[in-house]
Amino acid sequence: MDLKLKIWRQNGPDDKGKFVDYEIKNISTDASFLEMLDILNNELIEKGEEPVAFDHDCREGICGMCSLYINGHPHGPDAATTTCQLHMRRFKDGDTIVVEPWRAKPFPIVKDLIVDRSAFDEIIQAGGYISVNTGGVPDANTIPINKGKADLAMDAAACIGCGACVAACKNASAMLFVSAKVSQFALLPQGRIEAKERVKKMVAKMDELGFGNCTNTYACEAECPKEISVTNIARMNREFFAAKVSS
Amino acid sequence: MKKLDSKIPEGPLAQKWKNYKDHQNLVNPANKRKIDIIVVGTGLAGASAAASLGELGFNVKVFCIQDSPRRAHSIAAQGGINAAKNYPNDGDSVYRLFYDTIKGGDYRSREANVYRLAEVSNNIIDQCVAQGVPFAREYGGLLTNRSFGGALVSRTFYARGQTGQQLLLGAYGALSKEIKRGHVVMYTRREMMDLVMINGRARGIITRNLVTGELERHAAHAVLLASGGYGNVYFLSTNAMNSNGSAAWKAYKRGAFFANPSFVQIHPTCIPVHGDYQSKLTLMSESLRNDGRIWVPKKKEDAEKIRKGELKPTQIPEEDRDYYLERRYPAFGNLVPRDVASRAAKERCDAGYGVGPTGLAVYLDFADAIKRLGRDVIEARYGNLFQMYEKITDDNPYETPMMIYPAIHYTMGGLWVDYELMSTIPGLFVAGEANFSDHGANRLGASALMQGLSDGYFVLPYTMQNYLADQITVPRFKTNLPEFDEVEKDVKEHIAKLKAVNGKEPVDYFHRKLGRIMWDKVGMARNEKGLKEAIEEIRELRKDFWKNVKVPGDVNGLNVELEKALRVADFLELGELMAIDALHRNESCGGHFREEYQTPEGEAKRDDEHYMYVAAWEFKGDDKEPELHKEPLKYENIEVKQRNYKTA
Repeated sequence: MDLKLKIWRQNGPDDKGKFVDYEIKNISTDASFLEMLDILNNELIEKGEEPVAFDHDCREGICGMCSLYINGHPHGPDAATTTCQLHMRRFKDGDTIVVEPWRAKPFPIVKDLIVDRSAFDEIIQAGGYISVNTGGVPDANTIPINKGKADLAMDAAACIGCGACVAACKNASAMLFVSAKVSQFALLPQGRIEAKERVKKMVAKMDELGFGNCTNTYACEAECPKEISVTNIARMNREFFAAKVSS
Repeated sequence: MKKLDSKIPEGPLAQKWKNYKDHQNLVNPANKRKIDIIVVGTGLAGASAAASLGELGFNVKVFCIQDSPRRAHSIAAQGGINAAKNYPNDGDSVYRLFYDTIKGGDYRSREANVYRLAEVSNNIIDQCVAQGVPFAREYGGLLTNRSFGGALVSRTFYARGQTGQQLLLGAYGALSKEIKRGHVVMYTRREMMDLVMINGRARGIITRNLVTGELERHAAHAVLLASGGYGNVYFLSTNAMNSNGSAAWKAYKRGAFFANPSFVQIHPTCIPVHGDYQSKLTLMSESLRNDGRIWVPKKKEDAEKIRKGELKPTQIPEEDRDYYLERRYPAFGNLVPRDVASRAAKERCDAGYGVGPTGLAVYLDFADAIKRLGRDVIEARYGNLFQMYEKITDDNPYETPMMIYPAIHYTMGGLWVDYELMSTIPGLFVAGEANFSDHGANRLGASALMQGLSDGYFVLPYTMQNYLADQITVPRFKTNLPEFDEVEKDVKEHIAKLKAVNGKEPVDYFHRKLGRIMWDKVGMARNEKGLKEAIEEIRELRKDFWKNVKVPGDVNGLNVELEKALRVADFLELGELMAIDALHRNESCGGHFREEYQTPEGEAKRDDEHYMYVAAWEFKGDDKEPELHKEPLKYENIEVKQRNYKTA
């Protein structure tokens, strides 16, 4: 198929940036979206132009490195799909595809389609873990865990930290990301010990870094490639209030 | 010839690790603060080591090429992690895990290392549960297990099809905790460009800041490489796009020996290649072989019709299907080790029974399992894998069998290390897939996660301390020393040279060509003629690369093509060493299958008399033949025999 592409090009954080039009021909419907960009880039290189910079790594939908706002959707039009798992059969011959980076103040643009998501690492460093050191822990089966709760914890833990939730949110809220980690640990007995401190520290860091608040539009859940549920946000809010009240 | 000292501790096998720990040197807490350690890579091995060393009080600097340490390729591991817990009461033990691993590796790994691995495997599960890793559980609340290839017990712990992700996020949590405490400093989007040595010891690295293009100097008392494997030398592999062998390769060129470079794992269950533009291959977890049955048509004419699209697999009656693994290996069936399953698939396809448009695919069928257990159970076990398969292929595996074919997945070879995981360069330690230590000529499924975390959580915190004990009086190194000047100058010149080529072809052009040579001639089946050709062809391609590669853009800034070019330049050298190693080893073992050396049934035929050793190669200069060093392997606790998966 032949396609028209409108791709955001920006040389660095201080550059103004603009859309640049490209045309690309003979793309197989079996190619992935990123393979289509690979082909474009190799054509650009052969023409002596600079290729489009974009983040990607595992191309299996799990590392969370790929991003891209495609035709108005983080990770493109398919539900529960990362950009790297999006395939060209989803598009039609002659389509125009608009490709932009994540847009949110806490995710500044590095170059073209690459943004800096280190704010997510900072939130985790604020307390998104269980403080155990290596060694000296009890046998893994010492504390039985209700299967339903363990499954819910796993649902929340499936977050890949890609930032689509922030990109989708009109407030650039990181609540879905933060609540997924808070929930995972709040649901497990190992995580309960520090639950109050954790939620307070992570929320404070999230606010400090300039992420917005949740106004319940659920765009984050709709666009999340791992279908992380907004019920996690509700759980985080409960955890947060309980922590505040009891402190 | 330098003698390789593996430093295996005295005593009976089961006592060796305990003996080591009882007698090793320690560093007191006040002195730990004076010691700096560099860790390259934040996968399971790197992140767990960095966190654990930070907890002990060392100053740790960690480097990763991604934008966050959470994205290292360990995250993509699907199926699970082995441990000898014996929770299912099915007869497992430390010895049995050790035995299966040695046998699975076709008797080409070191007994003492593998035993230690099996010994600490249980601690890993305990540690991960304490970190909040949500492993799969039974209704009673206890942990559950499944089976993987090469074992007759169920010893694999898992978190749906995302075990690697959950374990890595556990280690990333531990790492984040130490970053917060200030014991670990994290450097993201940094690539190690070279190793700096002072008076024969590893004392630092030069990194390139991938955003600014700046070269940076970092000094330390010891350096740990946990930079992963080199499967991307084949261009198409299940590795992440940015996985590369450059850190290990630079260490090799500075004097670290490279062991068994030709031992690569070809994973039997990957989604088949579908087009020339393809950038990578996707693995379908080995856990699928618990319930999926592998088959091809019994009749060639059926296979032909399927290839032409005239017949569907569901139309082939049961009696016309050849479940060739169950037929050839009744005891292990669909759960034979990866090398055996891969070769069997190739054998059927080469004989004309392959399916799919290219004929290079076999079926992995869940119809029986769905009938037996119901769709819900299968969905709960493998839902995310089925979904991923459907996204890539546009086929629904609940209704029609999956198509799979072997693909490059893992490299058992790597930098040579002794029992302490130290390379032949004093102070340079190597962990995880980057070292060669535990998997011999073939790795069993669910053992890579085990090894990465074993190295990082439970081995290096001891062995690095033993090395550092006499370094406490060595003051911190300044990075303006002439040793740093020289190495940085080398790096700068290398980059400038690459940029100056200014040819016509993009990096991928050369990488694809290299991949083709490697897959055809240094892949699943190798022979003397092909390997000799491969060596010549790689040399030619390397020359062509240095004449015709085009690296656009500025080297002083974010430049993805430059990153790729630097890595491919190294792959073009590493590929040759792999072919040299494969050519020298006149036997078949594990994943290394030399067509000249096979049993009448087509199984790998080892030559224990001449090749029961680790081949460790020493760099002798560009365009010079590397020198071979041998570490003989001794088996005192296991009877060495031909691997047999036909009978238990």
